Amino acid sequence: MPSYQMTVNGVDQEIEAEPNMPLLWALRDLLGLVGTKFGCGIAQCGACTVHVDDIPMPACSVTVAAVAGRSVRTIEGLADGAQLHPLQKEWIAQDVAQCGYCQSGQLMSAAALLKRNPNPTDDDIDAAMAGSYCRCGTYIRIRSAIHSAASQMTANYVNAAEKKV
Amino acid sequence: MNMKLDRRSFLRVTSIAGGGFILSSVVPVALAEESVAEASVTAAELNAFIKVSSDGKITIYSANAEMGQGIKTTLPMIIAEELGARWEDVEVLQSPVNKERFGLQMAGGSTTVPRTWDQMRQMGASAREMFISAGSLVMELPREELKTQNSTVTHESGRSMTFGQLASLAAKQEVPDVETLEFKSREDYTIIGTSISGVDNLVIVTGAALFGIDTRVPDMLYAAYHKCPAIGGTVVSANIKEIKALPGIVDAFVVEGNDDPTELLDGIAIVGTNTFAVFDAKSKLKVKWDESGASKDSWTALVEQAKAKQGRRGDDEIVDKGDVNTAFANPDNTTIEAFYEYPFVAHLCMEPMNCTAHYKKGEGLFDDDTLEVWVPTQGPGLALSIADSMFGLDKDQVTVHQMRLGGSFGRRVYKEYIAEVIEISKRMEAPVKLTWTREDDIRHDFFRSGGFQSVKGAVDKQGKLVAFENHFFGMQHDGKPVSGSRFGANEFPILNIENAYASKTMFEIDIPCGPWRAPGSNTTAFVVQGFLDELAHAGGRDYLEFLLELMGEPRWFDEGNVRSLNTGRAAGVIRRAAKEAGWGRQMPAGRGLGLAFYLSHAGHIAEVAEVSVDANKKLTVHQVTVAVDVGPIINRSGAISQVQGSVIDGLSTMMAQKITFENGRVQQSNFHDYPVLRMPDAPRVDVHFIESDYSPTGLGEPALPPLAPAVANAIFAASGHRVRKMPLIEEGYTM
Repeated sequence: MPSYQMTVNGVDQEIEAEPNMPLLWALRDLLGLVGTKFGCGIAQCGACTVHVDDIPMPACSVTVAAVAGRSVRTIEGLADGAQLHPLQKEWIAQDVAQCGYCQSGQLMSAAALLKRNPNPTDDDIDAAMAGSYCRCGTYIRIRSAIHSAASQMTANYVNAAEKKV
Repeated sequence: MNMKLDRRSFLRVTSIAGGGFILSSVVPVALAEESVAEASVTAAELNAFIKVSSDGKITIYSANAEMGQGIKTTLPMIIAEELGARWEDVEVLQSPVNKERFGLQMAGGSTTVPRTWDQMRQMGASAREMFISAGSLVMELPREELKTQNSTVTHESGRSMTFGQLASLAAKQEVPDVETLEFKSREDYTIIGTSISGVDNLVIVTGAALFGIDTRVPDMLYAAYHKCPAIGGTVVSANIKEIKALPGIVDAFVVEGNDDPTELLDGIAIVGTNTFAVFDAKSKLKVKWDESGASKDSWTALVEQAKAKQGRRGDDEIVDKGDVNTAFANPDNTTIEAFYEYPFVAHLCMEPMNCTAHYKKGEGLFDDDTLEVWVPTQGPGLALSIADSMFGLDKDQVTVHQMRLGGSFGRRVYKEYIAEVIEISKRMEAPVKLTWTREDDIRHDFFRSGGFQSVKGAVDKQGKLVAFENHFFGMQHDGKPVSGSRFGANEFPILNIENAYASKTMFEIDIPCGPWRAPGSNTTAFVVQGFLDELAHAGGRDYLEFLLELMGEPRWFDEGNVRSLNTGRAAGVIRRAAKEAGWGRQMPAGRGLGLAFYLSHAGHIAEVAEVSVDANKKLTVHQVTVAVDVGPIINRSGAISQVQGSVIDGLSTMMAQKITFENGRVQQSNFHDYPVLRMPDAPRVDVHFIESDYSPTGLGEPALPPLAPAVANAIFAASGHRVRKMPLIEEGYTM
């Protein structure tokens, strides 16, 4: 069986799999990273969103062969060690989740958004998050939590800049 | 008498009003003290639900299924409140599956809060009294002068001891008689009524294993199960040999079912080393089915049959009250008729059906077989019952792990996916995780049944409702109505007016149907509240005024039964929603407000939708204002979330979701042809609670039914077009 090398959450991994195995199942079944969820298998629902070289992608529709040599980040790697990402903190503070199943995908989509747009408007958020379904209907809190995390991150950035001065 | 025996005698089951049983008080089943990880820390069980360690940590078990309705946080809040715990000291654990210890562990029908409200308060209050007894002994103070707060027993003098200090002694105190327990009054609450973030939130946002589908056990194999697209088809032959040769495939075989969709249907099991291998192999299956005994159901045929009978009365009478015909014939009255239609819909839990099982054959001659099951289910007892009825395993041979559910909405009250994986694990003699594809999940659902209602009503010269008639077209299987396919003699507004008639015609179908968030209510609300709005307009009346007139004086139709209409509570929420939404204000062209009220699952709820419709029938739902009376709110954050979610779910379903079937085959398969509302289309949802003094009732369902009629009525207000059919895309609307 072919073998593929990639970095997953900063750790080098060698994955033995059929080349057409979606990254989703390599993560879940071969590496035991079950935070990335299976929702549809056809890139429609966003539950399996991960970052491949910082770009959000549906892991169900990207093969292991296609991500060979690249860097993958999953929900398990969103926090910086024990330090939660501001989005994760806000997700808890605002009690976003209901069943919680889609939330890893929502968080990974939101994290990718904030990385490229630290101060998103409602419309920016809607556009970036439109690929992530939530059957429980937690959209209102997701939007609010993204705004709060964004303002915190901007404030932290300003504080850090001030300290340097 | 031996203390342990004495405590055990306290275990008893009492019947409560409304049927069912609760464990009114439970004794510790383990020894009173047990060592935990650190040798210096001991943990003492106060009762079945509460354990307190010497370092002050309070463990509270949550015994019911968590599927997003928030019960894993809500029920422990009730216990913690009566106990006098500080919430920060509380750790909530999913309890083991053990009916004797925890009582009924089923969750569903928005019943968990009302059913366990007294039981949870008893658990907390009982442990509180034991702490007070212990504190009284150690501090040598009269127990009447002691109280608990912030995880301490305190005296007015300022002396206090922590729960951690007292835990081991408290566990040895006499368990108080349930009848003597006093509960806190609402004004003294410090936890109930506040907002507490869900206890699993940290695990959810960090992606640790939690859901059924996340289960991994050593040497586990992965399975897929393929059933006939037409329910009831049996396997003639399949390309098993080819499938077995595919990469990652360990085995493939035909499973002979028992022709019961709720248990085990015929199919092909594919077992492999990972999920992709079995899904990929499943897509390469070629099966010859015998469909002679399979479903031939056709949605288009049902529509034709119902339309042919619209305007007539149904086969069976439901209620005949007063004299509707005289009212309809009276030339002074205005009489109108309408035909409403709503489709079958799927549950579409984000987590597809799955279950993990390990069937172990007994090794020796006298060694029983055993079974371990990890299952996301609304009722862990379902796994025990199927293990018994189909596999002959006694409950002592079976261990069930209740996993968190990635949504359920009524879907996981069924157990066929449990039976499938037990069968596969037994054949493989190995632990197996069965995962359904999304296509399996949609095509083999237990659907919300669709249907039709042919309605007729009359208003007098003053625009007052004087007669109402309904011909309900429902679905039945083997002569029994399927879940939610009912129209009751007490359906609003039948009890409120003098002349009412209802009848029904039932269509026999094989497509499996089941409870779907607010069964029955989620469709009848659309019809009745939409048609009453039509009648108000026919009589030249404002719907708010018309609806309040129908409610009349505050009265409770079945005193003491919270599920029956209480017109005072109804009028309360209707007025509140209207006020908060600014009902009656001037609206720009193309924009309108729609109001609807519905009572389901004991929740009186009114909603006002603010909607714009443009010339191309593009809809914008700007805001939905909701007024809710489910009694006192326990977790404010969770309650608001349930209401927001119900509104968005209701809109999602109303907008674009429809399951059709022809020749017994469901025609939708995945999110591309069965879409869910996306974030850009989600309205603002403004939630208001009227916290009446009635006992608290559930909120997982009742906020959904009023959404569809509120939006339909708003569309009429905005555009003059009356919506009588769901989903809205079939009426030409887009978002």
